[in-house]
Amino acid sequence: MSNEAVLHAHEVSHDVHHGGHDGHHHHENFITKYVFSQDHKMIAKQFLITGMVWAVLGGLMSVLFRLQLGYPEASFPWLEDILGKWAKGGHISAEAYYALVTTHGTVLVFFVLTAGLSGTFSNFLIPLQVGARDMASPLMNMLSYWFFFLASIVMLSSMFVETGPFSGGWTAYPPLSALGDASPGSKTGMDLWLIAMALFVVSQLLAGLNYIATILNMRTKGMSMTRLPLTIWALFFTAVLGVLSFPVLFSGFILLIFDRNFGTSFYLSDIFISSVGALPNEGGSAILYQHLFWFLGHPEVYIILLPAMGMVSEILSTNSRKPIFGYMAMIGSLFAIAILAFLVWAHHMFVTGLNPFLGSIFVLLTLLIAVPSAIKVFNWLTTLWRGNIRFTPGMLFAIGFVSLFISGGLTGIWLGNSALDIHLHDTYFVIAHFHIVMGVASMFGMFAGIYHWYPKMYGRFMNNTLGYIHFWVTIAGAYLIFWPMHYEGLAGMPRRYYDYSVWESFKQFVELNRFISTVVIIVFAVQLLFLANFFYSIWKGRKVTTQNPWESTTLEWTTPIRPGHGNWPGEIPEVHRWAYDYGKDGKSFIPQTTPVGDDESEHH
Amino acid sequence: MSMFFTIAVIVLVFLVIFQIAKASEYVSILKGDENAKAQSNKINGFLMIVFLVLGLVGVYLCNKALFPKTLLAHESPSVQGEKVDSMLWVTLIITGIVFIITQILLFWFSYKYQENPKRKVFFFPHNNTMELVWTVVPAITLTVLVVIGLRNWFSFTSEAPKDALVVEITGKQFGWMFRYPGKDNIFGKKYFRVINDAQSNPLGQIWADNAQYNLKADPANFDDIVLSQTVYLVKGKPAKFIINSRDVIHDVGLPQFRMKMDAVPGTPTTLWFTPKFTTKEMKEKTGNPDFVYEISCDQMCGNGHYSMKGVIEVVTQEEYDLWMAKQKPNYYAAFPDKDPANQKPVTPAAGADSTKTLAAAK
Ligand code: HEM
Ligand SMILES: [Cu+2]
Ligand SMILES: [Cu+2]
Repeated sequence: MSNEAVLHAHEVSHDVHHGGHDGHHHHENFITKYVFSQDHKMIAKQFLITGMVWAVLGGLMSVLFRLQLGYPEASFPWLEDILGKWAKGGHISAEAYYALVTTHGTVLVFFVLTAGLSGTFSNFLIPLQVGARDMASPLMNMLSYWFFFLASIVMLSSMFVETGPFSGGWTAYPPLSALGDASPGSKTGMDLWLIAMALFVVSQLLAGLNYIATILNMRTKGMSMTRLPLTIWALFFTAVLGVLSFPVLFSGFILLIFDRNFGTSFYLSDIFISSVGALPNEGGSAILYQHLFWFLGHPEVYIILLPAMGMVSEILSTNSRKPIFGYMAMIGSLFAIAILAFLVWAHHMFVTGLNPFLGSIFVLLTLLIAVPSAIKVFNWLTTLWRGNIRFTPGMLFAIGFVSLFISGGLTGIWLGNSALDIHLHDTYFVIAHFHIVMGVASMFGMFAGIYHWYPKMYGRFMNNTLGYIHFWVTIAGAYLIFWPMHYEGLAGMPRRYYDYSVWESFKQFVELNRFISTVVIIVFAVQLLFLANFFYSIWKGRKVTTQNPWESTTLEWTTPIRPGHGNWPGEIPEVHRWAYDYGKDGKSFIPQTTPVGDDESEHH
Repeated sequence: MSMFFTIAVIVLVFLVIFQIAKASEYVSILKGDENAKAQSNKINGFLMIVFLVLGLVGVYLCNKALFPKTLLAHESPSVQGEKVDSMLWVTLIITGIVFIITQILLFWFSYKYQENPKRKVFFFPHNNTMELVWTVVPAITLTVLVVIGLRNWFSFTSEAPKDALVVEITGKQFGWMFRYPGKDNIFGKKYFRVINDAQSNPLGQIWADNAQYNLKADPANFDDIVLSQTVYLVKGKPAKFIINSRDVIHDVGLPQFRMKMDAVPGTPTTLWFTPKFTTKEMKEKTGNPDFVYEISCDQMCGNGHYSMKGVIEVVTQEEYDLWMAKQKPNYYAAFPDKDPANQKPVTPAAGADSTKTLAAAK
């Protein structure tokens, strides 16, 4: 009841605001439509395209530092042309290498896979799939994008300061990140990094509160929580995780800003820097920062992963023409993951001198999180079983996601066991683990989402053939890049090393590193092909001619092919069933808007 | 020049692929959408199986090529490392089985259940028994792994045995320093404000009174031995590291011994293990005449992080004793006039005197 009231209230305010009831035809100029837009669909595209720009930059950085790792002896004069003093004589310097690695990590984790992924699809899908005309607060939504944009500008500017961008790793552990005298990257570059990240946190909080409010309050008539598509559940938990953990990161950053600029000693104690001598700070704890950081840091990996999981569930079900298996178990496991995500952060800190008893609790909780993850995998597999699979590019990426999630999730079981982590921590085994399970898998979720909802975004299709090439090269490439890194890790090879040639224990991987770097370049090139496909198709793609091209059950496909601001020209449709009636009673699919028939078999 | 050439080739290849892709779209429109879809569905379904088979073969070949280059190819030279290895194997077998089964199911189902107009999909929204099974079985398996893991974890993090050889190890940008307690078996007190590299006091040993900081010389410092880069340990004898950092966070990484521990400024940590083979023995076992036990810094500590290397020489007790006998306390480097070796030729009596005062000060 109350639900309905809110909904009507919103409609009214909407009408008043635009002075007309038809979402299509209010008067918009270029600025309000494309720049300071309050339409959730446009904001979604802004997040997506900004994310793409960062993905290209971040990817390019990985190509550059992989050149160093793969071809440490070679000299590339063109590098000096673009990087100047950072690549004297065509060799990337150690400073530049660390700056690249750090910026690559920061940018991909936060700007691409948080803002670009959940920002895009939360904005795009929440109102469309719950049946709302827009977000609870379109203004806050717009602000969230512009805070992100500001954060991007500041981060970008940090790359052009004299002393270079921050170069102490994306985790930014003090004292290294607190002391400009310990590393040139910790000077101005770090100040800008912190400002950018603080702006980013603000953006995430504005966004997250809005998503939660919209999902809880603005569902259309009949859309009970247990009728929501799994995408919405996943985006809901993502937002909850963000709202609860980003403030903790923020406080960690504030203390760091104080230590850097105002002489406090939250993280600093007993420090002697060779170039300046003993520092005045006493009594701080460097480990405190790590607790604060990972209290966000671990939930963050799920903030990145859950949206991908939600979209994959939706796309797998739609294209197998079969209901998602174990809908309630899928929600339950999302819930379990969201809770446990807050209780495992110290598994990143097993070798910091953590109390061993405390460590053992974190082992237990960490391995516990593998259970809901396993449930999800088995449910996806069962969803495919005896389905009728259509290999759209979106579907291929969804299947690829499951494969990668399995591969990377299983190595998590190794690392979560502290006695093994003592050996494997900060080696390439970790690099392999998190790139497969988080980096590439979430990228696959994002690609799946883009291919699947592209027709809704632009009223056109992307080119399928290019999509297929994109998928097969990327999945093969991802495994070729990251699978062998497990072996480097099992040789104890540390991460964040600029050069391995002086190490008797790690120098046996020269050819392997060259091989990996070569594959990286190919995979990167294929992503450019994807981008070309994306932008070309906006104007020249095959036009969508039917309202529901994938024969899907969810609400977004009941809007016009190119929905205006307000999404539905008339009334918002009412929902009568859950989102997964595929193959029921011999029917290919039954949209959520179809009332339950008299002769229909029981279920939901 | 070659740069432009490469770019030109890449752009060309791109354009060709792009044109082909566009053309294939027109063809599909001509042929009828349904036909084209059915055909691409077949191709992708087939590729699923191809990918599965090539993938599994690839896993095998990768293992064959790279396994000998990992540490697992040789017996671990520490007692703790053996436990790590056996745990690695158990975990590898369990996760390996799950990996193979689930990947096969994933790609096999994708191939097998590709769209077929004749198939009626199975409306199968849930099944409590199945869901219960795949909640409980992973939970039990994980419990087993946790039990094995925690037993090892508690044994690794337990107090070091009483007879352990204790060495203090301190990281700084970018190198390692080691301190042995000397004959008295006590490490002298340190204070970071009296660190002075130029005066041979890189650790800040308190060996002189200091009014400014209100410090009194700690005589336990007079016989402490300080070294850089290489540390000697004894085969078969537990070794305990007391780990410190002088500036930022570092990490004592011991790949061969399968151990590591952070070096945190202001908060000492510890780590102990029992080396089983001398460096010489490892040269033979690995067939690598250049073999050394390396200490790698495993925590990002600045632009020289990748070069922060230490060396561990594991030797027999006799070799160790011989080596130790040759080491001089760091105190004498800072105060050469206190070194008996320097004083003998000049005034033997004074030298004897100062040794006496030292002994008395203890
Ligand atoms: C083209 C694909 C990618 C390649 C080849 C690649 C390669 C690498 C390598 C080799 C490192 C380790 C460098 C070192 O420690 O010396 C690294 C670090 C990292 N990458 Fe990637 N990466 C890729 C994509 C991604 C994606 C999609 C993400 C997003 C989750 C990501 C996040 C990170 C993070 C968080 C780090 C750690 C940064 C740090 O340690 O400071 N990468 N990457
Ligand atoms: Cu974690
Ligand atoms: Cu280091």
